[in-house]
Amino acid sequence: MRRVLTALPLILACVAGSVSAQQSTAPEIPGSNSTADHSKFEILQKTFTSGPEVTEACLSCHTEADDQVMHSIHFNWEFENPKTGQLLGKRNVINAFCGNVVGNEPRCTSCHAGYGWDDMNQPPPQQSTAVDCLVCHDRSGQYTKLATGAGHPPMEAKGKTITGADAWAVDLSKAAMSVGMPGRENCGQCHFYGGGGDNVKHGDLSSALVMPDVHTDVHMSPDGANMVCTDCHVTEKHQWAGSRYDVHATDPEGTGKPGERRDVATCESCHGTEPHPVNIKGMKLNDHTDVVACQTCHIPTMAKGGVATKTWWDWSTAGKRDAEGNAYSEEEFVQSDGTHLHTYLSIKGNFRWEEEAQPIYEWFDGQVSYASAAQGGKIDPTQPVGINEITGDAHDGKSRIWPFKKMEGRQAYDSVNDTLVYSHVWGPDTDTALWTNLDWGKAIAAGMKAAGKDYSGEYGFIDTYMYWPTTHMVAPASEALDCRSCHAEDGRLANIAGVFMPGTGGSAMVGLLGKILFALALLGVLGHGLLRVFSRKGEH
Amino acid sequence: MSSRMVKVYPRFERLWHWTQMALIFLLLFTGMGLNGVHAILPFGPAVMLHTIAALVLLCVWIFATFWLFTTGTWRQFIPKMRGMTKVARFYAWGIFKGEKHPYHKLLWRKHNPLQAITYFGLKIFVFPAIWITGILYLTYNFWEEVPNATLWLTVIANLHVLAAWVIASFVVVHVYLLTVGHGFRQHVAPMVTGYDCIDLTPEQEAYLETNEPWRLQS
Repeated sequence: MRRVLTALPLILACVAGSVSAQQSTAPEIPGSNSTADHSKFEILQKTFTSGPEVTEACLSCHTEADDQVMHSIHFNWEFENPKTGQLLGKRNVINAFCGNVVGNEPRCTSCHAGYGWDDMNQPPPQQSTAVDCLVCHDRSGQYTKLATGAGHPPMEAKGKTITGADAWAVDLSKAAMSVGMPGRENCGQCHFYGGGGDNVKHGDLSSALVMPDVHTDVHMSPDGANMVCTDCHVTEKHQWAGSRYDVHATDPEGTGKPGERRDVATCESCHGTEPHPVNIKGMKLNDHTDVVACQTCHIPTMAKGGVATKTWWDWSTAGKRDAEGNAYSEEEFVQSDGTHLHTYLSIKGNFRWEEEAQPIYEWFDGQVSYASAAQGGKIDPTQPVGINEITGDAHDGKSRIWPFKKMEGRQAYDSVNDTLVYSHVWGPDTDTALWTNLDWGKAIAAGMKAAGKDYSGEYGFIDTYMYWPTTHMVAPASEALDCRSCHAEDGRLANIAGVFMPGTGGSAMVGLLGKILFALALLGVLGHGLLRVFSRKGEH
Repeated sequence: MSSRMVKVYPRFERLWHWTQMALIFLLLFTGMGLNGVHAILPFGPAVMLHTIAALVLLCVWIFATFWLFTTGTWRQFIPKMRGMTKVARFYAWGIFKGEKHPYHKLLWRKHNPLQAITYFGLKIFVFPAIWITGILYLTYNFWEEVPNATLWLTVIANLHVLAAWVIASFVVVHVYLLTVGHGFRQHVAPMVTGYDCIDLTPEQEAYLETNEPWRLQS
């Protein structure tokens, strides 16, 4: 009892401390009860002048961490798809947003989980201190990376950060002493801002997930399960579960046993393969899981929480100047929070945005292939070009109907060789960068040179599209899609072939035949009845 | 030959009839909702109601089938041609002339020939069609591995819907015919009270009076 009493003030102090820490710094990670208080480590109690210095200090205890991180996709930006053989990853692919990393390094590699990668033609820096521990583990809430610093943090209040905010001088010592397991905002400062801004890229990953309400994300909301990214994206040796290139379209293993699986971030790995309650309705819903991905019903809309996503990007209109010959912008889209979003930028072209956006639905077996990684990279410019393509089939047993954000737009291509092109967009000091010179010809020539690809010198623009599987922003069960969203004529899955869906064939032949029969019966008795009435009148 | 009010619809048969009526109405209502005819009920609850009503109706039918065969009542439903043309002619012609219904109900023939053949058709073709397709529809997950399962399911679902419309059409005609002759009330009454006006032979009358007097009214 005495022990408890003496401990009480300490506990209260801890609670008070954590509350004040929450208010002034990053929110506390639920369930983290580390046995180490990093603020007590002498090696961290000093003034650091660069990120790598902090990493060096980390590695003095965490001796294998650098090696582990350097083998992860976060560091290598490269992924060889074991099923298609395609060499993917940010280092290689062309996407439907800013296009490519190569040629634009210090800007794009500002989100690299390391320091100083400024040439995509070289592997990432290999010295152990090139790993950025703080970007994931900082819990002081004030560590960030400079938007154009190849991964380095801002050491003075100059420039922008990777989230687009005005930079501040990062206190590396404070960050180093604060470290803990990653919170939502750690992952989010890169992943929420992909494609050049908040929620531009994914549609289901935005700053709204830092502190979401339950409507926006039932898992991550402090009013819901208050989960962080790594609760699902479990890790082993700094390797994360969950891939957008080689997706688990379904997970027949479910929760696995005994204990926790460390290899998947699927819904089933927590919720099991028969997630609905065992009653007559739940059984019917469980019947759906062999056809429909959990996400399809449980993520009715993306881009929730007041942050819109970019759905259209027409690069072909970039380069226009106003009457004075200057670059200009238009901000015609008003987000629900009142923010005006760009609908035209001279450096980037035209955009469209959507909030609370409805996904599109396709059969998906988890495989994503990239046009730029295909053999020879040839495209057919007469058709809209899939920057990536998904595969799936109703009858292969492993595909499910999945929701996607379909990003569409127009992008440059080599009009002689029929290949997608790499472009040099960022380069404040070059006379070829698109964003500096507004000249597509020079930007493409420079980008292709940087990528080491053949370029005919002729370019044009093609319609493009790109699929982004929707898997975050899960709604509470009460907001799951209603049956009739799909079980109706022209329902959400009207384009899906290979399944029979009750309720979708209201005007089908047989139903029509039945209705005609019914109408004839009605007409028959009506006619018969009328005849009886009139013939009786005749009698009188 | 004398006309007497005889109990020809025992309690079980009436219970069967009205339960069946309620369930068929519920099934038609929910089924039409599921097929886009109306949107009064949400889809999920409509599926649940439809499924539960169907399962209850199947139970009722199992009991009814057992009852039909153990009591010999099944004979009532075997179609006979005798008197068929007279009845058909009556509905197509005589009724407009104010003629009387040509069929007189007998103790072991409480349905007129058109009625008998209609009920026979329902019991032999349409009801089995609806419950066989319905059970297959409901148990799709148990046989989805067969080749072309999606196509089969489409066929099954369409047959189910078609059979349902046939039943709906039957209901329309069935209810309408209650208005023919002595009038709606008179026609519904036997299925409520159990007593209908039956032509009894003296032997039948004597038998009933002696052995089953409770089957005779007044």
